[in-house]
Amino acid sequence: METSFLSGLALWLRGEIYGVTGIPVLSDLALDVIGIALLLGIISMAAIVFTYAERKVCAFMQVRLGPNRVGGRFGLLQPVADMLKLMSKEDIMPEGADKVLWALSPALLFVPAALVYAFFPFDAGAVLADVNVGVFLLFAISGQAVLPFLMGGYASNNKYSMVGGFRVVSQMISYEAPLLFSLLGILMLTGSMRLEDIVEAQAGGLWFVFLQPLAFVIFLISAVAETNRTPFDLVEGESEIIAGPFTEYSGMRWALFFLAEYANLLTAAILATTFFLGGYLGPDFLPGFAWFFLKAVLMVFLIMWFRWTFPRTRVDQILSFGWKAMLPLSILNVFLTGVVMCALGLV
Amino acid sequence: MQLLFYVFALVTIVGALGMVLSHNIVHSAFYLVLSFIGLALIYFSLSAPFLGAVQLMVYSGAVAILVIMAIMMVRRTDMTVSNPTQSLIKRFVGAGTAALFFVLMGLSIVLTPLGGGDAALPATEAADLAGLLLSRFALPFELIALLLLAAMLGALLLARGGDES
Repeated sequence: METSFLSGLALWLRGEIYGVTGIPVLSDLALDVIGIALLLGIISMAAIVFTYAERKVCAFMQVRLGPNRVGGRFGLLQPVADMLKLMSKEDIMPEGADKVLWALSPALLFVPAALVYAFFPFDAGAVLADVNVGVFLLFAISGQAVLPFLMGGYASNNKYSMVGGFRVVSQMISYEAPLLFSLLGILMLTGSMRLEDIVEAQAGGLWFVFLQPLAFVIFLISAVAETNRTPFDLVEGESEIIAGPFTEYSGMRWALFFLAEYANLLTAAILATTFFLGGYLGPDFLPGFAWFFLKAVLMVFLIMWFRWTFPRTRVDQILSFGWKAMLPLSILNVFLTGVVMCALGLV
Repeated sequence: MQLLFYVFALVTIVGALGMVLSHNIVHSAFYLVLSFIGLALIYFSLSAPFLGAVQLMVYSGAVAILVIMAIMMVRRTDMTVSNPTQSLIKRFVGAGTAALFFVLMGLSIVLTPLGGGDAALPATEAADLAGLLLSRFALPFELIALLLLAAMLGALLLARGGDES
């Protein structure tokens, strides 16, 4: 296997732990725990950085100032202030709520959002769960994030939450199909569902964004729709249904929704990076994971750009766009890929 | 691995029991999801990740949402007693049917010669499964596709509503 900085570090760490304990199973286990801790660190770090970045980007886009008081004139400590505010808020449970389901919903929402990080190849050989059916398993797990919304919406005993829950389901189901179909062209080209194989297939600068431009556009739109962000944020469209499924949550429970949302944002960016932008591949003057995060952050900026420059769409527009435009186009892309592959004699 | 199997089996069984015994039908539906996920975990522990992923995507992803949406759309009154206890006779009939099913399943499992022999290992890789589906099982595969298409057209017809004239 090709070595990289991260996988080399993991190998060295495994050797060191093995040297101390002398039990191979224990060093494997310790390395897994370290990996999981690192992934959770990345997710929380992303949430902290993105709360700040979102405001600054939004301010920049709309010619405003953004945070500029807490922590110097750039407002660098704004996320800390946000965190303190969230922690000091009262935890209110609505009357007549379905207590168990209500409490479970935010926690269950975070589980699939965090679980998918195990599949990402941050660098050559630096994957926590290296599965042959990686792409499929990844989307099977991220698809589990739909039910907790519905759970929270039902359990809150609030009609706005309920409507929001229904909206999440219809929107996420509608865009999961084009999302998966847009990746079929890539799977046809690489012949593998392992994420690292897909990245390696893009070696030499032949990124899939050039080979599959239509798929990239479909993927990006569907991914933004899956993360429930503007222009597809009618799940929590505040002018219509207050905050959708989050309406009745406050303080740290609400923060969990928030954390899952930013985890999903980074997931969408990382997936676009891995599938279309060559993942950790790049010129040698930077290590692989640096390229990886550079591209991912660029994608996050692009998605934030969408958020602050597009108006919110209506629910019927979203659904008909998903089923009548995105899905046929993604199937057309699969067909075209097949035709071109046949014509070039690749099959 | 043996221990993991028992843990996952426990999850599945708790989910199934919770579904039957719960008084709130929405809780029943969520217990059903727990049971689906437990089954997927068992597939994973049997090193069949593709099957596990299919189980997650189809059952706890799609079927569960369908069930819960249907319940929430149809039922508008209080949910807390929406799955009431049935009369004694019905309970006996239900238990009898379940026992019969258990015996049938048990018999078919015990009587089927498992593993070993000269048969090749069943395909678990996605590519092998795809190959099998499009060659040896092409006809059943197409028939299922046709059935699903018919269901989809039927759903569209229902959603459009009847002809006014």
